[in-house]
Amino acid sequence: MPDRVLEVKNLSVDIPLAEGVLHAVDDLNIHVDKGETLCIVGESGCGKSLTSLAIMDLLPKKAIRKLHQLDLAGTSILDYSEKQMSDIRGNKMGMIFQEPMTSLNPAFTIGNQMVETLQRHRNISGENAKKTALIMLEKVGITAADQRLKQYPHQLSGGLRQRVMIAMTLLCEPELIIADEPTTALDVTIQAQILLLLKELQSEYEMGLILITHDLGVVARIATRVAVMYAGQIVEEGTVQQIFENPMHPYTRGLMRCIPVPGKTKPGEPLGSIPGMVPSLIGEFTGCRFADRCSHATDTCRSLNVNLRAEEENTQAYRCIIDPKTMAKVA
Amino acid sequence: MSDVMINASNVTRNFSISRGMFRGKKTLRAVNGVNLTVKRGEVLALVGESGCGKTTLAKILLGLLPQTAGSITLCGKPINEVPRLELARLVQPIFQDPYSSLNPRKSIGSIIGLPMHVQGVEDSHAIRRQVETTMDLVGLPSRLFGSYPNQLSGGQRQRVAIARALVNRPQVIVCDEPTSALDVSVQSQILNLLSDLRKELNLTYIIISHNLAVVEHIATRVAVMYLGRLVEEAKTTELFARPQHPYTVALLESVLTPEPSLGIPNTQLGASYPNPIDPPNGCAFHPRCARAMPQCSTQAPNGTRLGQAFVECHLYGDESH
Repeated sequence: MPDRVLEVKNLSVDIPLAEGVLHAVDDLNIHVDKGETLCIVGESGCGKSLTSLAIMDLLPKKAIRKLHQLDLAGTSILDYSEKQMSDIRGNKMGMIFQEPMTSLNPAFTIGNQMVETLQRHRNISGENAKKTALIMLEKVGITAADQRLKQYPHQLSGGLRQRVMIAMTLLCEPELIIADEPTTALDVTIQAQILLLLKELQSEYEMGLILITHDLGVVARIATRVAVMYAGQIVEEGTVQQIFENPMHPYTRGLMRCIPVPGKTKPGEPLGSIPGMVPSLIGEFTGCRFADRCSHATDTCRSLNVNLRAEEENTQAYRCIIDPKTMAKVA
Repeated sequence: MSDVMINASNVTRNFSISRGMFRGKKTLRAVNGVNLTVKRGEVLALVGESGCGKTTLAKILLGLLPQTAGSITLCGKPINEVPRLELARLVQPIFQDPYSSLNPRKSIGSIIGLPMHVQGVEDSHAIRRQVETTMDLVGLPSRLFGSYPNQLSGGQRQRVAIARALVNRPQVIVCDEPTSALDVSVQSQILNLLSDLRKELNLTYIIISHNLAVVEHIATRVAVMYLGRLVEEAKTTELFARPQHPYTVALLESVLTPEPSLGIPNTQLGASYPNPIDPPNGCAFHPRCARAMPQCSTQAPNGTRLGQAFVECHLYGDESH
């Protein structure tokens, strides 16, 4: 499989706490192909950010990662040492975080930081590194790039900072970019520009992109495939059309009804909502994790662990035992 | 004119910004000559990019910041002459982040009851009764009376913030990004609650939001701000169906609705929001405007009324006269 950029099998993240073990991520499988955008969507606390940290081996020290397979561009990086991992991070695997101000070093100029990234991973002279940095800044649409190189992060606006972050991530032409809420801190106008830029650069460099977000609008517009997470598990996974046009899992359906859509939801009419709260993930959990908030739940739901499965070869996989026909009737 | 709640005319707020020891001060016009009328029962949404002055305007309306120039009347009385306590009884805020707007050391009951103490109510039974009625109103179970904010979920905390704002039964609520710190499923609950409360208590809302889908859903009128100026104001349905100002058009284009077939819009706005200390000459929006004309860079546009709507752009109105 030469086109597979990332393959993750059976990922679990456990966090030991005083009250017991918190199973933050439970038996998760994801893969990303070349040029593909996988969006991981879910509410806060569903484990989407921990998943990305686990892939990069950047989990907090307390957390325990269990994995069966972790392949990056066909090579297993499961048993890599910390040194080997840090050779990969920023090189083959790029990261973009939510708040660019906290991920850029305030004490160094943009140019300094970009040159450092390049020299860390490539055998390149300072002069050439600077040239590459300049080209990359122009590529992400920054004007007067040679002046920007001399500026510090606080001298740039939020949108520009995020562009600089993207330029830095692209410097070593990574195979995979993991972007965790890259546009949440930005204005809508800037958000559209940054997403457009990411999409263009992605197809130019044929990268795999994992985008983590809670914004279903962003997901719909940029994703090729979508994984919906709930309480540490993927509850539904499929192409963007499958998920948005024909959501199957009650949670996905609930989410879709919660968002006001201009032109579809009537102004002033109440929006759908999902009652209840995410269950505690401390200790062992049996049954469907969404059962307590689901209007279709039966006793079987609460006692049976259901796997992610697809009805047919070309439909999305989801984690629910309720017959879709009965669900359609009630909903 | 009892049904005009707030009338702001030519409201301006300047900040003086120090630029270092020897360079003197410069004036930043955070809000620059804004005219607004809000009627009873209306939901006015203020939208715009960060730094456009929407929060400053809200603070002026709350009486937390005095305006530099212009006048605001609340129920017909100039806002500067309304005593602080009475102003607090009439206008109440709800803030963005319920994690930082609630005191972690106070119980829910005392957080919600505090505005009553401030207003001079001393009968603790009356306070408790009123707090419990209000908790019921916003959908908080009364067993949470003695709980602390850290025991509550994000949605419940925002309900506490709403209950605190409502406990003295104000007339106007100013919500600064009331749902943007919340998850999608909780956001819809809070929006539904705000709509229900408005009908039940005949409240007037001023909502600041950058989420235009939310604005379309809840607001009756929308005011678009750009660099301290009000550039367009219209009824929500009007504005979303026929945006007039090029900035409003671009803003609406950038909204990502959950429709996979549409792709990512290219708004052609350019990356840079101008420095508010040094705004462009003429129309402040002209460097980013796709329809800019020669006069836009020299002459500031005058406001034009188009029926019920207001727009400030050279494309409309009769500048030649």
